[in-house]
Formats: sequence, C-alpha cells, structure tokens
Amino acid sequence: MKIFSGKGVCGGISIGKLNVIFNNNSTVKRMHIDDIEKEITRFRNAKNRASEELRKLYEKALKEIGETNASIFEIHQMMLDDEDYVESVENIIKTQSVNAEYAVLVTSDNFSDMFSRMDDEYMKARSADVKDISERIINAMNESVKEENKSDEPSIILAYDLAPSQTVQLDKDRVLSFVTSGGSSNSHTAILAKSMNIPSIIGCNINITDSLDGKFAIVDGFTGKLYLEPTDDILEEMRKKQREDKEKQELLFNLKGKENITLDGKKINLYANIGNVRDLASVFMNDAEGIGLFRSEFIYLERDEFPSEEEQFRIYRQVAETMAGKKVIIRTLDIGADKQADYFNLEKEENPAMGYRAIRICIKQPNIFKTQLKAIFRASVFGNISVMYPMITSVSEISKIKEIVQEVKNELNAEQQKFTDIPQGIMIETPASAIISDVLAKEVDFFSIGTNDLTQYLLAVDRQNSKIDDFYDDHHPALLRLIKYVIENAHNNGIWAGICGELGADTSLTETFLKMGIDELSVSPSEVLKVRKKIREINLSK
Amino acid sequence: MKQFDYIIKDSLGIHARPAGLLVKTAGKFKSSVKLICNEKSADAKKLFAVMGLGVKHNSSVTVKADGSDEDEAIAELKNFFENNL
Repeated sequence: MKIFSGKGVCGGISIGKLNVIFNNNSTVKRMHIDDIEKEITRFRNAKNRASEELRKLYEKALKEIGETNASIFEIHQMMLDDEDYVESVENIIKTQSVNAEYAVLVTSDNFSDMFSRMDDEYMKARSADVKDISERIINAMNESVKEENKSDEPSIILAYDLAPSQTVQLDKDRVLSFVTSGGSSNSHTAILAKSMNIPSIIGCNINITDSLDGKFAIVDGFTGKLYLEPTDDILEEMRKKQREDKEKQELLFNLKGKENITLDGKKINLYANIGNVRDLASVFMNDAEGIGLFRSEFIYLERDEFPSEEEQFRIYRQVAETMAGKKVIIRTLDIGADKQADYFNLEKEENPAMGYRAIRICIKQPNIFKTQLKAIFRASVFGNISVMYPMITSVSEISKIKEIVQEVKNELNAEQQKFTDIPQGIMIETPASAIISDVLAKEVDFFSIGTNDLTQYLLAVDRQNSKIDDFYDDHHPALLRLIKYVIENAHNNGIWAGICGELGADTSLTETFLKMGIDELSVSPSEVLKVRKKIREINLSK
Repeated sequence: MKQFDYIIKDSLGIHARPAGLLVKTAGKFKSSVKLICNEKSADAKKLFAVMGLGVKHNSSVTVKADGSDEDEAIAELKNFFENNL
C-alpha cells in the first residue's frame, strides 16, 4: 500500500479502480502553409464548431450543476470570440504562413502567460481556461475521435489537471472521484467537484504514469488522502467510514430543518455538546438547536498561564454571536488532578475523581472563578447565554456561588460594563445533588444531568479502571430511578431538566427519558440527527 | 464623451463571470466603451482585455463611453456595475 495526500475538496469516500487521463496537447507541429485564406477558413470553422460544443456543454452543465457553475462555458464561448484572441491567431497565420493549430498554440501560450503573471491567485488560475479553449479549437480542427472514459465500470479519474470541459464531459455515473496532481482550490475542477458532490483531491503528491491505470485505490475526500492498493485493514476501515458517511448523508437529507417532536406532538430541545470553538461548524452542519454544554476547560488547557478576562470574553462572545440567539450553556471550569494545566499547580491525588476539582477549586480560589464569571456575564449581551456549575453537592455551595456572582455583578456595575441576568443552572452529577434535587431546584434555574459522573459515583465504579468495565452499567435501575426523581423535582418546582452525558445519545433509552418528561437532551454534534430520528419515531400516548 | 467612477465591491474583483457580463453589456452599444483602472485602459467590449486589467476588490475604476448612444450606454453600465460589482 502507498498513501498520497493533497487537498480534499469534497468530503466522502470512494473505492475503485484508477482511470488515468492524459492531456493530449503535445501533438501540434509547426508547418508551412501556402494557402493562407484556406487556413484561416479552417480556423474559423473549427472555432464555430468549438463554440457549438460549448453551447451544448453549457446546457448540459446548466441542468447538472446550476447556472453559476455552468456560466464558465458561456465565458469560454466569449473567450473564443474575443477580438484580440482571434486577431492574434489570424495574424500569426498570415504573417508567418503557418498552420492554424500552431497559430492557436502560440496565441494560447501568450494569453495564458498574461494570466499566470498576474498577482492574483484567482486570475492566475484563469490561464487554464485559455489553454482549455485553445485545445478545444485544435481538437475541432483535427476532428479526431475523442478519448472516451475507457471502461464502463465507475472509476477514480486520475490526471495532472482536468480542464473544466473534460470534467463535465465525463459521464457522472461512471466517475467515483477526481484526483489531480496539479490544480488549485480556485481551479474549476475543485469548484465543479464540490457542486457535483464527488469526493475529490487536488494537488495530490502522486507521480502520474500509465502503469497506475486500472490499479485499485481509495479516495478519502475528508482528509485528502489517496490509498493506492490498500491493505485489507484500511479497506475495511474505509468501507466503514463510507457506510457511516452515507447513512449520515441520508439522515441529514431527511432530517435537517425538522423539529424534534414525537409522533403525538411532544417537543423537546435537542442541543449539542462542544469542547472548543472549532466544534461550532459541526453544530451547524448537524442542525443542533443550541449548545447544551460548552466545556470551557479548553480555554485553560491549551495554554501556559491563566487566561485573562478579555481573552475569555472574546471566546464566549464569539460563540454567542455565532449561535445568533440560540441557547448557549457555558459550564464553568471543570478541571481536576486528572485533567489539569501545569500552572494550576494541583497536587497529585490518590483519587482525583473525588478530589480537589471543578466547583471546589472555584470556591476555594475565587479569583480564578471571578475572572471567568465576569467574562461570561459580559458576553451575555451578545446572545442567549446561560451558565452552569459542575460537581454540586449541597445548598451551601450554591449560596457561596451566589455571593461570588453578586460580587462579580457589583464589580461589573462599578466598571460600567453591560451584562444581563442570565439563567444559572447546575450539573446533577453527584448522588447527593440528585437526592436533594427537590431542595436545589428552589435555588437554580435549571438542571443538567451529567450521566457519566453520576453513574461512576452512584455505582462506585471508577471509569478509569478498565478491570471493572463490566460493572459500569449505565442502564442500572438505580441510575434510571434517580434520573426520574430529578426530573420530577425539577418540574414540581417549575424548572427544566436535561441530560448532557453520554446517555443522552443512547437511543435505546430515548423513549424512557421522554416518558420521564425530560425537557432537553444535549449530545455530541454528530449524534444530533440520530437522536432526532429516534424522537420522531416515538409515540408517548401508546 | 460621458464617464463615471466606481469602486468595486465584489470580493473577487472583476472576475470571469462579471467580466463576461460587462463585455456583453458594453457590446450592445455603438459607442466605444473604455474601462480604466490604475492608469491602464482596456476596451470594455473585449473579454481578455477586461480580465487582463486584473481589477481587484476596492479598486477604483473609470468607465468612459464615446459615441452616438453614449448617454444610454453610461446609464446602463452604471446600473450594471451597481448590481453586479
């Protein structure tokens, strides 16, 4: 197996045989011509035929890839008729008494040079258009039989670069992918591949030779990798990736823009969990209705010193603005001895899961906490932000948090900073908080159940210890009863309850949770549509 | 002769598609039409000449029309730039 890489221009996986295509423009020879008038007529006839071909291509492309992308063929038609271009060809024929093919080739080189010398990437890429139309005229003069896609079997097209006309002329049903060793992301191959939704790689570092033709290969358009003669392991892995992608595409197609509503009309909020600003793209791609858990740890972990209020403010503001009015629930710092940055100087602990972490650090070292809270409150005027506190076990912790929040508000007022009174909720992830959830519900605006930690604390099973994996049963009746109890206590006190742990995406429990009355599920972005599908299949009245 | 100045708002500048449309629009008139940018001038009825100017985003261009229908030409070209560039 060999692996090559380039720039993936359209996501997706394709598996099949390579079909090597060479551009045949090296055949033009300079010849002396006596009958100049006849040669000029030959050129004009060829130009008209080329123009007619382009007109047909334009109509074909219009149907397949839309007006914006098809317009390139209209532009090509205009290029053919460009006065300067035509004059140049005819002048060369007249003054040098040479064949029309040669005159076109020289003109093509001059005009494409003009573009490739321009200092703009887009314009540089246009030199390929000049070469493309010139080649078309030369081919129309020779009227040679065009090389068709050799085999009937769908294949991966491998070429140095493809002219836009070649890309469209290829029978779409027989093209799995385009792989080119040349080309830029501004090239038409890249743009057309995207609009045709064909996984493709451009600028691939492969040396194209005849011997590659017919060889078995895999294109991964997500990573821009080409696997030549893949091993069985890679083949298996890529088949799986291809299947998952297809399933996802189908889900996306069917479920994007649809409501999270059961057959009998119960609507629930389906949000996404994110751990970084970078994850926002997948939140949109998977059509989540908001962010149910924004893990703020990355702001602390990806650096060497405490992040300033200003830095944090910019990040929270960016997320709030990007989500444009959709809910964003920011969870305050959840760091402990197992997951820490050096500058926190946390001592090594025997049992970090039950140690000095999360809200415990924030209460003991309020300066760290206040910096984060100030940033969150300041960002609140730029979107729909809520704040959520992790690892709560008692009412006194909440009282302490409230004192600190009041200090933060006073300081912001003194600094004349704007903020709004955002909803404040807590994670229910310790058994204690679940058991006194009736009392806690009177103190906060919402609950979000963290099922991962709640399971480990409730069952006394350390998640880091693989020896006891079999004992980690997240369908344990004790857990399910406790979740039900938390939801009831929330509703009895007029607040909402959601789940943001891994169990939220477990579709074998979705119906159970809905029957318990859960108001919100927050899952990783890639699980959103899977859960949406499940919700839409459930009928609670049955 | 009639003329107007315009600042290009399209982020790609005068790229292939609007260049093609500009040439088509200019070609409808008998008057000669010139596009001037950075002290270089091009015949606005010729595609390669227009593209060869390499007019970028935020560049200032001058459009000049000279001939019997220059008033109509300038009015329509002005409209074209405002809607497409």
